[in-house]
Amino acid sequence: MTLLFDGAEWDFAKLDATYRACAEIACGELGLTPYPSQVEVITSEQMLDAYSSVGLPLMYRHWSFGKRFARDELLYRAGMQNLAYEIVINSNPCIAYLMEENSMAMQALVIAHACFGHNHFFRNNHLFMQWTDADGILDYLAFARRFVAECEERHGLAAVERILDAAHALQGQGVHRYLRRKWRLADEEDRARERQKYAEETYNPLWSTVPGNDRPAASPLAANEALAALNLPEENLLYLCEKHAPRLRGWERELVRIVRVVAQYFYPQQQTKLANEGCATAVHYAIMTRLHDRGQIGDGAFLEFLASHTAVTRQPTLADPGFQGWNPYALGFAIMRDIERICTAPDAEDERWFPAFAGNGDPWGTLREAWAEYRDESLVRQFLGPKVMRAFRMVNLNDKAGDPALVVTEIHDDSGYRRIRSLLADQYDPSRAGPLIEATGIDLAGDRSLKLTYVSRHRQRLHDTSARLTLAHLQVLWGYNVTLQETDAESGRVLGEMRAEG
Amino acid sequence: MMIVDRRPNPQGKSLPNRQRFLARVKAQVRRAVADSIDRRRVSDVGADEEVKVRVAGTGEPAFRPAGGADGDYVLPGTGTLDRGDRIPKPQGGGARGRDASDSGGGEDAFEFTLTREEFLDVFFEELELPRLARTELGEAMLSKPRRAGFAIAGQPTALDVRRTMRNSLARRVALRRPDREDLAAAEQEVEHAVAAGDESRLAIARRTLDQVVRRMARIPFIDPIDVRYARHERIKLPASDAVMFCLMDVSGSMTEHMKGLAKRFFMLLHLFLERKYERVHVVFIRHTERAQEVDEDTFFRSRETGGTIVSSALAEMLRVQAERFPPSAFNIYVAQASDGDNLHADAGVVIELMGRILPLVRYFAYVETGQGEEERFGIARGLETSLWSTYRAIADSRAPQLAMRRLSELRDVWGVFAELFSKEPAGTGA
Repeated sequence: MTLLFDGAEWDFAKLDATYRACAEIACGELGLTPYPSQVEVITSEQMLDAYSSVGLPLMYRHWSFGKRFARDELLYRAGMQNLAYEIVINSNPCIAYLMEENSMAMQALVIAHACFGHNHFFRNNHLFMQWTDADGILDYLAFARRFVAECEERHGLAAVERILDAAHALQGQGVHRYLRRKWRLADEEDRARERQKYAEETYNPLWSTVPGNDRPAASPLAANEALAALNLPEENLLYLCEKHAPRLRGWERELVRIVRVVAQYFYPQQQTKLANEGCATAVHYAIMTRLHDRGQIGDGAFLEFLASHTAVTRQPTLADPGFQGWNPYALGFAIMRDIERICTAPDAEDERWFPAFAGNGDPWGTLREAWAEYRDESLVRQFLGPKVMRAFRMVNLNDKAGDPALVVTEIHDDSGYRRIRSLLADQYDPSRAGPLIEATGIDLAGDRSLKLTYVSRHRQRLHDTSARLTLAHLQVLWGYNVTLQETDAESGRVLGEMRAEG
Repeated sequence: MMIVDRRPNPQGKSLPNRQRFLARVKAQVRRAVADSIDRRRVSDVGADEEVKVRVAGTGEPAFRPAGGADGDYVLPGTGTLDRGDRIPKPQGGGARGRDASDSGGGEDAFEFTLTREEFLDVFFEELELPRLARTELGEAMLSKPRRAGFAIAGQPTALDVRRTMRNSLARRVALRRPDREDLAAAEQEVEHAVAAGDESRLAIARRTLDQVVRRMARIPFIDPIDVRYARHERIKLPASDAVMFCLMDVSGSMTEHMKGLAKRFFMLLHLFLERKYERVHVVFIRHTERAQEVDEDTFFRSRETGGTIVSSALAEMLRVQAERFPPSAFNIYVAQASDGDNLHADAGVVIELMGRILPLVRYFAYVETGQGEEERFGIARGLETSLWSTYRAIADSRAPQLAMRRLSELRDVWGVFAELFSKEPAGTGA
C-alpha cells in the first residue's frame, strides 16, 4: 500500500487519510465500536485553556480555572511541563484535540490513541454508560455556562462565587456512588427553566402578610417523620444541600446542582484511569504497528512513534529519583499486552492462572470484554498475571505509622503473587480514593445543625485544617452550624470532633 | 469524522476566569506591584518586563486524608528487594505510591506573571484624571458622524444597496412581477406551440408572453420608492486626543541628575495619559534664554549655555498650541521641569502668559528638581527660587489647574507623581 504521509508536516488531507486508515484497522480488525469522532486542531494556548477548565471545551466561569491557567502557563513557559499531545472528551461525537505543533507521526498516534482507544472505552465501559450521558454533556455545559453568567448578572459576582466556592470544596462528596436512575442531561435545562418559571408565576407577596408565625410546636413524631424523609445517612453532601438546605434560594440550589452534575460526570474517570489508558495505549500500539506492517507509514515515522510510545510507557522503579507512583500507561499497557499474549500463546503458568481465556485465540474479544465490564480495581484483580508482576518486579511495602522505615512484606514470587495482586487491586479501590463522609444527623426541631460522620479506616485521619475550611464552605450551603465527627471503623470509637473555621 | 480547525477561534478564552482570579488575589497583586516599583528604575515601568506575583491563600480546601496512616503499597521494585527488607521512609511524607501531590490541597503558593496591561491597571488604580469632576463639563468635545437609521433622500454615495434591494424585492413579490424564469417559460411555450403547429395554443401562448412582457415593463425592477439612503447624525463625543507639553530648562544650571528626574516624571505622565486617551501627542520644548521645539533625543541629551528666561518656553508652548492643538479637540497637559532659576525681570511676563495658558489646559504640573546631595546632607534650601515664588503667587490666586512639587531624589519620583495626580486633589503649596 502507499504511504499515508511522508515527513513531519501535516495537513488536513493527510489527517483525513490517516483517520480512515486507522478506522479501517480499529473497527475492522480490532472490532472496536467508538462514537463518531470530531478532530479539532488547536494551538498550545488553547490547549492551556482546555487544561484549566478541567479538560472540558466549555465551562462556566470561576476564578479557580483562572488560577489553574496561570499556574500551568507558568510551568509550560518555564519548560517544566509539557502539554499533553491530546485531550479527548467523552461526548457524542467524541471530540479529540490535536495540537498544531505535533508532527504528522504524532498526529497519527494521537488519532489512534484518542479517537479509537479512549473513544471506544467511553462508549463501551459500563461505568461510563451508567454515570455519564455523552449525548447531553456539551449542551449541558453550555446551559451551565449561560446559567452561571445569568446569575452573576442578576445577583452579583460575589454571591455566585460564594456558592460555587463552597460547592467546589465538596465536589468529592457530590457523587451518588450507587445510581438511582440514569441521567438525561438534555432534560436538565428544561427542568431548571420550568422550576424557575413556576416560582416566578406562583409568587404572591400576599403570603408574606399572612399571620401564622405562631405555629404549634412541632411534635416529636412529626420531627421524626421529617427526618426519615431526608434519608439519612447521606454521603452525597451536595445532593443533600441542593434538596434540603433550609436557606438556599432557587438559583443557588441550581448552582450546587451544576457542580454536582460535573462531579458526577468525572466520577467514572477516576475509577478507570488504568483501564482507560491501558486500552488507549494498546489500541494505538496495535493500529500503528498494523499501519507499518501494511506499508502505510514509513520506517522513520514508525521509529518516531516508538520513541514517544516508549517514553510514555516508561515506569521508573521506586529507587528512581523521578519515581511518582504507578504510571497508568505503563501498567495498563503491560496488562493488556499480557492478556493478548495469554489468548494467543499461553504457557503452562497462564493455563493455571487464567483457565477461562488462556489460548482462546480471540485476544481482541477478550480485551473488549475487559474494557467493557471492568474498572481499575476489578481489572487488576481479574487480569494481572504473574508475568506482569515479574516484569515490574512488584513488591509490597508496609507502612506503619510509628515505624521509621517501610517494610517489604511481599515480593513477586510463588507465595507472593496472589497477595500482591490483591493488595494492588485494593489500591485502586475507589473507597480508598476519597474519605467516606456521611451526613448522619440533622437537628430539625432545634438549631438545624448538621452532623457529619467520617469513618476512619486503617487509622487514617482527616487533614485537620483543610477539613475545617471545607466545613466552613459546607456551612455556607447549609446555612446553619455543621460539625464533623471522626469515628474508627473497627471499634466505633469517636476519635475527634471538629467545627468549621475561617 | 469531522476535522475542525479551531486555531482561528478568538484567543483568550480564559480571560474572564483570569480577571476573577486577579480580583481574588488583589491585595497580593497590589503588594507585588508596589514592590516592583520600589525595586526597579522608574524608566522601566510599563516596559515589557514581567511582574511576578507570589500567590498564597488561594487554596481550594477539600476533605482529604492527613497521611501517616497504616497502609500497604504495591510498587515497582528494583528486583533486589526481599521480604523483611527495610527502606527508610522518605522525608516529609508517608504515603508514597499515590500521586505525589494531591492537587486541590491546601498549599497553593505559586508565582504567576502579570501582563503589562494588568500591571498598569493596578499601577494607576489609585490615580485619577486631575480635577476630573471639575473638568467634566469642560472636557473637549468633538462632533462625529454616526449611523442613524435610513432616509428616503440623500447623496448617491450614501445609497444603502441592501435595504434598497430588500424593499424592491418585497414590492416585486407583492405586485407579482414576472421574473426571468416566467419570461423564459412563456417564450418556450410559444416556441413549443410553433413547433407543434397548434394554432389555438400558439395564440394563447402569444397572449401570455405579451402579458408577461408588459407586466415586466409596467412594474419596474427598482422603483424610486424602494430607494433608501444611510442616514448620519452628528453627535458630540469627548475628544480622545491629548497633547502633552514637556517644558524643560536646559541651561547650564540643570545637572544630569536633575534632567534624569525630569525625564522620569515626564515618562510617568506619558504612561498615565496613554491609558486615558486614545492618542497622546508629545511636544518637547526646551529653553534657556530662548525656547525651541525639539525631538526627544535632543531634548534630553543636548546641553545649552545661557541664561534662563522661563517666559520664552511658555510663549513657545502657546505658539505651538495655537498652531496645532485647538483646545476644542485636544485635552492639553503641561509638565514643566526646572531648577527654579529665572530672571527676576521675567516674573511679570510669566504671570501674564500663565494667565492665558491656564484656562486652556486640563492640568499644569510644575516640578522643581533639586540636587540630590543637598537633601541628603540635610542642607535645606534657604530661599524659595524665583520661579517657585512666581508660581506660588499664581496658585494662591485660585488656579486649580496648577500643581507644583519639589523633587530631588530618584526614589521620590513616583511619590511626587502619585501625589500630584491623586484622586483627592492635594493643596497646591509644597
